[in-house]
Amino acid sequence: MDLNAFGRGAAQACSNSKMSDAEPHTGTTIVACTYNGGVVLGADGRVSTGNYVSNRASNKIMQLTDNVYLLRSGSAADTQAIGDYVRYFSEQLAGELGEDPSVQTIANLVGTMNYNNKNMLMGALLVAGIDKHSGGQVFGVPIGGTIVPEKWAIDGSGSTYIWGYMDSAWKPDMTREEAEGFVTEALALAMARDASSGGIIRTVTLDKDGATMRYVGGNEVPLFHEELQPPAAAAAAGTASMVVG
Amino acid sequence: MADYDVTQSYMQDISLGTSIIAVSFKGGVVLGADSRTSSGSYVANRVQDKITPLADTVYLCRSGSASDTQAIASYVQYWIAEHQAEKNGPVDVSTAANLAMQLSYNNKNMLQAGLIIAGWDKQGGGSVYAIPLGGTLLKVPYTIGGSGSAYITGWCDKYWRDDFTEEEARAFVVKALTHAIARDASSGGCVRTVTITQAGVKRDFIPGTKLAATFGELPTPASS
Repeated sequence: MDLNAFGRGAAQACSNSKMSDAEPHTGTTIVACTYNGGVVLGADGRVSTGNYVSNRASNKIMQLTDNVYLLRSGSAADTQAIGDYVRYFSEQLAGELGEDPSVQTIANLVGTMNYNNKNMLMGALLVAGIDKHSGGQVFGVPIGGTIVPEKWAIDGSGSTYIWGYMDSAWKPDMTREEAEGFVTEALALAMARDASSGGIIRTVTLDKDGATMRYVGGNEVPLFHEELQPPAAAAAAGTASMVVG
Repeated sequence: MADYDVTQSYMQDISLGTSIIAVSFKGGVVLGADSRTSSGSYVANRVQDKITPLADTVYLCRSGSASDTQAIASYVQYWIAEHQAEKNGPVDVSTAANLAMQLSYNNKNMLQAGLIIAGWDKQGGGSVYAIPLGGTLLKVPYTIGGSGSAYITGWCDKYWRDDFTEEEARAFVVKALTHAIARDASSGGCVRTVTITQAGVKRDFIPGTKLAATFGELPTPASS
């Protein structure tokens, strides 16, 4: 594999792009939702640099503590830096407290960082977790430093397309399966319409027993209006993971 | 100081912020629109009618610049009137859509008009045509447009079916617009619908207070 040609191709795609900043950018759709027993978090897998998809299976779900996770959208660099700092502070705090910090505390750490550096940072984040005080919780921490507790939250460029769906389809006290299906469907709908979101779906479900990670490969993502099923022949031959569409 | 200059907020070009939609069913079409016309932050008309007749059984949903879309509608109405006189019969929906597309495409640098044309004719039955910015012409089973449409793209992808009855199509249109109005600041007011079949045209109007409450909203008190 000629790595030089690979790099040149990517640089070509960046310079051809109308987007003048070739900085890696998590276009993204992120979704977090409480249910009867915990929270479900989900994200797509696309990281784009202009028109080039630099990572088509990235993990935008970052673990901050055993019980609290962070969903990242906006500048990839900024959100990684924020996540690293908050993870560091949270580990210290957990050590001092002798137990898992509350979700609200972690959300406040993230929000404070966004607020105090609002001129420099571009991170739209969701903090979700479970603690013994208040069960499953979701906090929206958008650019600017607001902190908003919500029953469910979405962010990222793809979230525009699913506000109507979320408003309509969310219901209180869902079961774990309903909530996981709901998050997966919401992500699939957004990924179908947003050029900056796509690829795979990753979800994390947090309940009192811990965290469960799920992975939905590109060919298993639910399909909707106007989307074609993968060819039956490819599926039968076991090469469904290489479907080109 | 730009911050304190209210003309920045209140004296901008009149825009149909808008959510518009048209859905075909077996035997006809349902067109729907919100009723908000804004001039910056000022709502210039909160009961605007954005669904304009081009012919007896062909209607147009307008979004984008209010003046551009009114001008396009005027021209197309005129040409259709001439055409129908020469043809001695009703215009086809596809012809009306093509006329609007020609105007939109040939003046693409000057116009800001997102159009949906829908109606019924003997040739094609119920048909829906989308003419977004730039002047593409697309025949589709249903389409959404305007700034509010972005928020309901996912909802429509999920819940649209190709076998709606007239009542189901209308219910789909009203629910879609309710969700768009809830999330788009440039859409609001009431929901107007126009149903076109071989039998004719039915106009309907749902006041904003009678729309279903969406997530987080409180329902309108019974006294209103």
